[in-house]
Amino acid sequence: MPVYSDKVMDHFMHPRNVGEIENADGVGEVGNPVCGDMMTFYVKVKDNRLEDVKYKTFGCGAAIAVSSMVSEMAKGATIEEAREITPESVAKMLEGLPKQKFHCSNLGAQALNKAIDDYLLKSGKLLSNANKCCQFCDHEESENDPLCTQGCSVEQKSS
Amino acid sequence: MTRVYLDYSAASPLLPEVREAMMPFLGMDFGNPLSLHDWGDAPREVLETARQQVAALIGVSDPEEIIFTSCGSESNNFAIKGLALAQQNKGKHIIISAIEHFSVMNSAKSLEKQGFEITQVPVDKNGRVDPENVRKALRSDTILVSVMHANGEVGTIQPLKEISEITKERKLILHTDAVATCGVTPVDVKDLGVDALSLAGNPFYGPKGSAALWVRKGVRILPMLDGGIQEGGRRAGTEDVAAIAGMGKAAEIAARDLTARVAHLSPLRDRLIEEITARIPHVVVTGDRIKRLPGHASFCVEFIEGEAMLMLLNSQGVAVSSGSSCTSRALKASHVLLAMGYSHEIAQGSLLFTLGIQNKPADIEHVISVMPQIVNRLREMSPVYSKFLKANKGGQLNAGIQ
Repeated sequence: MPVYSDKVMDHFMHPRNVGEIENADGVGEVGNPVCGDMMTFYVKVKDNRLEDVKYKTFGCGAAIAVSSMVSEMAKGATIEEAREITPESVAKMLEGLPKQKFHCSNLGAQALNKAIDDYLLKSGKLLSNANKCCQFCDHEESENDPLCTQGCSVEQKSS
Repeated sequence: MTRVYLDYSAASPLLPEVREAMMPFLGMDFGNPLSLHDWGDAPREVLETARQQVAALIGVSDPEEIIFTSCGSESNNFAIKGLALAQQNKGKHIIISAIEHFSVMNSAKSLEKQGFEITQVPVDKNGRVDPENVRKALRSDTILVSVMHANGEVGTIQPLKEISEITKERKLILHTDAVATCGVTPVDVKDLGVDALSLAGNPFYGPKGSAALWVRKGVRILPMLDGGIQEGGRRAGTEDVAAIAGMGKAAEIAARDLTARVAHLSPLRDRLIEEITARIPHVVVTGDRIKRLPGHASFCVEFIEGEAMLMLLNSQGVAVSSGSSCTSRALKASHVLLAMGYSHEIAQGSLLFTLGIQNKPADIEHVISVMPQIVNRLREMSPVYSKFLKANKGGQLNAGIQ
């Protein structure tokens, strides 16, 4: 049995919407090299709709497929619709992810959310946000430790 | 589609002669080697022939010192735990290198829970243990030193002879995990100066499930598998006669062909290393360039991740391995690369090509023709690469992140 579903392989081999958006309305970056996956999402917003969504991803096959799927799900969606994209719904659309990949590689929804937060902050629609650097360790994002090496080290030790 | 297998350290195919040597014991010669009736004769004989063939491969004069086991991991567990527990009245301190295989590493960790103390000797950037660091780690209660002969992930061959001079001075037991070298590059226990050595059959085209531990006569070892009198009472359980027969045959062929194999593999490896580093910028060759396994080429490709490269290579018919955390089930970066001083980010780009006797020059040409596009494709979508490019815009490119 192959490790990845056909859908994951399709998105990995032919990732949609790869790239950066110049003068993006919002940018969201998640992940760190200790975990092995890093994603940056870019959004262009018009009339409360994600007119364009692009991303860059450093990571394994699952991470690339997740980014591609999230971009496809989010592009053209309203902000409220995009907020409903979760790791679970992404995995479902990809016809499943290997168990051990679900947590570490499924960061797309989070990166997208961060990009939307960034847009809302910049446009004054959101006053503050207490971003966690990644959803699987509780460490808050800090300037001293932007890659959350501290958080994930803790995670690794406890696993 | 062109299909190129370059993952011989994960699994190697059986040689046809080896399969042939095994067949009788999967058929009519099914008897138990311990049986006194006629059915026991052929299995018993092949066991002793195999013992001589394996002994000859590693320069052991007394075949009785060879203990057959089921895999390299069992040999390493047996060696570390069996040797340590048998000497524990003399002390409870063990020295291993920081880049040992998990079967050595975790055996040592398990002994830690039983009151032993473990010192891990560091390695340099090339993955080499400095014998002087072994000397510095010695304590009055040290009983066992274990340093692998060669590392399967980065290919570096260790200076065991020099390490053995230190252990001999102190009359300490020196074990080596030689799974990556036996039948692949010359191994002689007298030259190496070791007291115990683990080997496995598959790396030299014997069957999986065949392995051995050699322990020099006079060195005490506690059995790990208690039961009957098989293997001189040191390892109980009915022998896997077919697997042992196959490993024996494979050992005989390896001893005969060793020089030719090294001569075949080394130029292929060198071509692969030279072309990959010439055609792709920001690639680090991991491990020692000179003291290296003959069919072993390992790299870290910067700004991208190993599993994605592995999958794209697979789509081009090429089978390789990676030590990135995404590739490992434990989701941790290679402890070997981290011990060598590579950052997590660099270690994520690990890619490992292990060549075998069936590989031809055309295989290498195929890999070096498809690799640059694969790397470019992943770099184009890598946020780490775009940051790197922005940071170096207009300026001169660095040699790489260090």
